[in-house]
Amino acid sequence: MATVTRRRALAALAPVLGAGAVTRLLAGDAAAQEPHHVAATSAGGHHGAAADGHATLQHAGFRKGGRVDHERNGFHPSALARDFDEGTTSRLASGQVLREWELVAYEKEIEVAPGVTFAAWTYNGRVPGPTLRAREGERLRISFRNASRHPHTIHFHGIHPAAMDGVPGIGAGLIEPGRSTVYEFDAAPFGLHLYHCHAAPLAAHITKGLYGAFIIDPEEGRPEADELVMVMNGFDTNFDRSNEVYAANTIPFAYMEEPIRVVRDELIRLYLVNVLEYDLINSFHIHGNFFEYFPTGSSLRPSEYTDTVVQCQGQRGIVEMRFATTGQHMFHAHQSEFTELGWMGFFDVCDDPDALCDLPGSP
Amino acid sequence: MEAHADTRSLPRRSPPAWLLGLVPLLLAVGLLGAFAVLGGPGLGDRPGPPVEELSIERTVLAPNSIELTVRNDGPDAVTLAQAFVNDAYVDFQGAEHAIDRLRAQTVHIAYPWIEGEAYEIGLLTSTGTTFTHEIAAAVATPEADLGFFGLMALLGVYVGVIPVALGMLWLPFVRRIDATWIRVLLAATVGLLLFLAVDATLEGLEIAGEGAQALGGAGLVVLGALLAYLALAAVSARIEARRSTSEAAGASPMRLAALVATGIGLHNLGEGLAIGSAYATGALALGAFLVVGFAIHNTTEGLAIVAPLGRGGVRASVGRLAALGLLAGGPAVLGAWIGAAAFTPSLAAFLLGAGVGAIAQVIVQIAPGLRDRAGRILDPAVAGGIGGGVVAMYATGLLVSA
Repeated sequence: MATVTRRRALAALAPVLGAGAVTRLLAGDAAAQEPHHVAATSAGGHHGAAADGHATLQHAGFRKGGRVDHERNGFHPSALARDFDEGTTSRLASGQVLREWELVAYEKEIEVAPGVTFAAWTYNGRVPGPTLRAREGERLRISFRNASRHPHTIHFHGIHPAAMDGVPGIGAGLIEPGRSTVYEFDAAPFGLHLYHCHAAPLAAHITKGLYGAFIIDPEEGRPEADELVMVMNGFDTNFDRSNEVYAANTIPFAYMEEPIRVVRDELIRLYLVNVLEYDLINSFHIHGNFFEYFPTGSSLRPSEYTDTVVQCQGQRGIVEMRFATTGQHMFHAHQSEFTELGWMGFFDVCDDPDALCDLPGSP
Repeated sequence: MEAHADTRSLPRRSPPAWLLGLVPLLLAVGLLGAFAVLGGPGLGDRPGPPVEELSIERTVLAPNSIELTVRNDGPDAVTLAQAFVNDAYVDFQGAEHAIDRLRAQTVHIAYPWIEGEAYEIGLLTSTGTTFTHEIAAAVATPEADLGFFGLMALLGVYVGVIPVALGMLWLPFVRRIDATWIRVLLAATVGLLLFLAVDATLEGLEIAGEGAQALGGAGLVVLGALLAYLALAAVSARIEARRSTSEAAGASPMRLAALVATGIGLHNLGEGLAIGSAYATGALALGAFLVVGFAIHNTTEGLAIVAPLGRGGVRASVGRLAALGLLAGGPAVLGAWIGAAAFTPSLAAFLLGAGVGAIAQVIVQIAPGLRDRAGRILDPAVAGGIGGGVVAMYATGLLVSA
């Protein structure tokens, strides 16, 4: 409809006619000329309902009634947010703690939105891969087996020898299908890191799901807290090098449907990692609260007291906060587009962690 | 009776002709049935992922509501999983099940759209493929009530009937001028029709590109043109045959005028269709002088109808002339109704093609009347007339293509 052709231009006559009294009579209520606007209501809770025939878009969201089959996916975003994999430990002759994990890369179809499947590449069958957690100074040994049809690596962020860097051509280099390798290095520095495949083409290997969070706790530990991990990601389901869905921990709107339960006044520590491909930045924003932010988690002193942080791909940081009131507090990327394409959720703040929480939106 | 006699004379009964005609058809059906039942032995599955093609045929906007008619244009069934409007996922109703090949389903989205703003509707299929549809400027789709049909009728009368009727007022002038000038006028009519044919072909091809390709796409324009040409040729030949028995042979001016009116009428049907659909989707801005432009532009169509009547002192009653005018201009009203109430790109492409075919047939009918005494067609007068007709349409067309 970009070009105005002779015939289409004829349509321009209509408003002229519309100005005439005769036409007004003919056109009746002239509904076509009325502006239509219904303000979006912002009551808490789940997606809007058209109770009175008006479109009350409470939040963006998927088609009602659809659910991602988490069981078939093999991981549940609610469980994943609190799932830290500490591996198995033993002591070396030197007395140093040896911490070991096994990671297997394989292909797996996952449901990234209700009814929408995506041919993902995974570490251990989940996206993001396991959240590996160690303590500063330990010896880390990660056995990697490639059970997929493509060569892969694991590239860890942190301080380690070049040969353990998991990039093609260095050390073990690319691990071909069916082959294995062992990455071994000391845990340093403490902080929040990440790991991901570094095979080329890099964007494809990352966006298909080969990434995960990697936490090195400081030797003296951190204060007791309710700990959560969120890996901010997205999926390019139609391969146009831009994302169709956005999320924290893979499943869009998952924490809208099932808010993350937390306790009032309790310290919450959120390990926040951005692996999002194709978009320059990602962000995290909390409603009705402020948090202390520890970039890369590599210092025990927060750098900022805020409610919004920005991360480029590979950036990460620790968020610490307490909720002073009960009720549902939203969190989302503060790029509205990402928000409405899936990257939003709720904290459900309760007084008693074991009792049933309040109804959505109630104070 | 003869067949009966034949049967008796043969040594053994031969099956009736209709059965013989049916045998290959039945064999083909049986073979294809067996082929399908056996799952196409030897062929195997088509490699690769499912091929998903969708075309959005119709968009209906009502307050807080966007409705899309989605047709599966590809070889495989398509399941719509999610929908988004301007980069935000939305709830929607309809299309709960897979859309089979060539079938259409309606998707209903509750959305507080704002008049005049642009929207991109996206549909995400089960395989992660996306299909997007642009709404250039959101305007409520008029409800197809009495008032609306009245408005469309008025629109059709305004751009179809009135200009044509005005142009027909050239009849007294046409009757006074001599034979050479009549030829020039007829040639100008041909030029005018040529312009319309080319214009409608281009328009038809463009619209066909928006429609379901599995339904024929651009081929629908050609199909429409062929069918209209053949139908008009048949009708014209029948009239010719009747006339030649009662009157002296030769082109009847009234018949030519009627043919020109029919051709222009079919063309105006396509034109009305485009008006109606464009009005319904509110795609355009307004310039008041467009009205004037169209009056001038379409008035030439009226001249084209009366040009054949200038010859041989044909008497034409006012009633007949009015009928000719309605034949040429009236379909614009019908087209506007269809276009606004049931527009699909495929239908529009077909009808625009039909207009082209009708025009081609009219040109073929007029052509013999262009001959000079030596039997030539393209003498300077006729060539100039055709050129003048084309240029006149082009120039007046500029008034409305701003």
